[in-house]
Amino acid sequence: MSAVPLEAVVIGASAGAMEALSALLPALPQNFRLPVFVVVHLPPDRKSLFAEIFQAKCRVPVREAEDKEPIRAGTVYFAPPNYHLLIETGRSIALSSDEPVLYSRPAIDVLFESAADAYGPALAGIILSGANEDGARGLKAVAAAGGVTMIQRPDEAQAPDMPLAALAACPQAHILPVAGIAAFLQAL
Amino acid sequence: MSELGAAALEDIEIRLLLEALYLRYHYDFRHYAPASLKRRLRLARDQLGFKTISALQEGLLHEPDMLPVLLGYLTVQVSEMFRDPSYFKAIRETVVPHLRTYPSLKLWIAGCSDGEELYSFVILFREEGLEERTLFYATDINQEALARAQAGVFSLERMQLFTENHRKSGGKSSLSDYYSAAYGRASFDKSLRERVVFADHSLVTDAVFAEMHMISCRNVLIYFDRELQDRAVGLFKDSLARKGFLGLGAKENLRFSRHAGAFSDFVREEKIYQRRAE
Repeated sequence: MSAVPLEAVVIGASAGAMEALSALLPALPQNFRLPVFVVVHLPPDRKSLFAEIFQAKCRVPVREAEDKEPIRAGTVYFAPPNYHLLIETGRSIALSSDEPVLYSRPAIDVLFESAADAYGPALAGIILSGANEDGARGLKAVAAAGGVTMIQRPDEAQAPDMPLAALAACPQAHILPVAGIAAFLQAL
Repeated sequence: MSELGAAALEDIEIRLLLEALYLRYHYDFRHYAPASLKRRLRLARDQLGFKTISALQEGLLHEPDMLPVLLGYLTVQVSEMFRDPSYFKAIRETVVPHLRTYPSLKLWIAGCSDGEELYSFVILFREEGLEERTLFYATDINQEALARAQAGVFSLERMQLFTENHRKSGGKSSLSDYYSAAYGRASFDKSLRERVVFADHSLVTDAVFAEMHMISCRNVLIYFDRELQDRAVGLFKDSLARKGFLGLGAKENLRFSRHAGAFSDFVREEKIYQRRAE
């Protein structure tokens, strides 16, 4: 699918995220070598339980991203609530307190656009279930940089709006059920 | 001539613009974390109607009126009063008892932006009976933000969140006691500013200006690269009295800092540190 070996995966999800991610992240094999960055829309005032929940379910390490952290292979990073998560071209993690994008902080677009700058064609971008259009612009940026783009099948997603908006912005993306996306990642 | 990718070209344009900003106006963003800076500059380019970052740079160099506009883009950050209520709760419950032992106090809100954090601290100190012995310093590099902080006017629709945060932080009064509402705005009482010094101060280029008992600098260091973070933390270290306190944002830490050894964890989970006595 990609011209170069992939070096990182970015995932965006909103409403229906728990179900979709539960079918995807635990499927990652223990020896999975790519870092995975995940933005899930969250209420800003609450501690996120995603990292804890998935740490218990996954065979790879799962954590909430901290600012300036060096990126570790085979680790799943969740954006913390109330911060944008960005990837630096020097391949480290950055957080920002900039204004929300499409009412969201963290925003999927912010992660995807910065990761597309950092990884270029060596990036896979995945849009899962969600009820708004965040991620559409970001996925387009991933495609423009030559990366792999995947969208959960809208009819399978609990909330189809985000996959549909991503598809409209990025028609060349692969449409797959979550099981298909999991199989793709497992084969990396 | 070799082909140069659009991304590489943009990186050159950004470096040149930051250099121009520094040489022309002495604002130094050259060591800001690049990913977020790039995002802000693209936003400024698009919203101000420039085709390229280079064109934005030309405008900036020749039209001084552009400076505050661009600074608005480069320094805007969106905070809340009592953001992360557990942080303010920890200040109230574990830091305040120490601060009470001093006859007079100096508190520095570094990078105060529009003032949400400043007002949170003044209210908390008033509730704890410390306000009258405290001098508050609120600094930022953005003059317009400082002016907004000094005005203390926020959109009324934000008050619900601020009130909820204040309550969760262990607030002993009602937030509505401190502001008057009119025309969709909440104006905070001017008595809250009586002991506040507002000042233009840069963590990048300016020096220590007073000895502090506590510094709160939340979600500012995330915008700096590691080198600049080291400079800022060094400045905090040199500004703090022995056993003084430093509070950072929920996702910031001193782990990667050259000055980590000068501080001990005070409330680890809230990123509150204490200057070691040495």
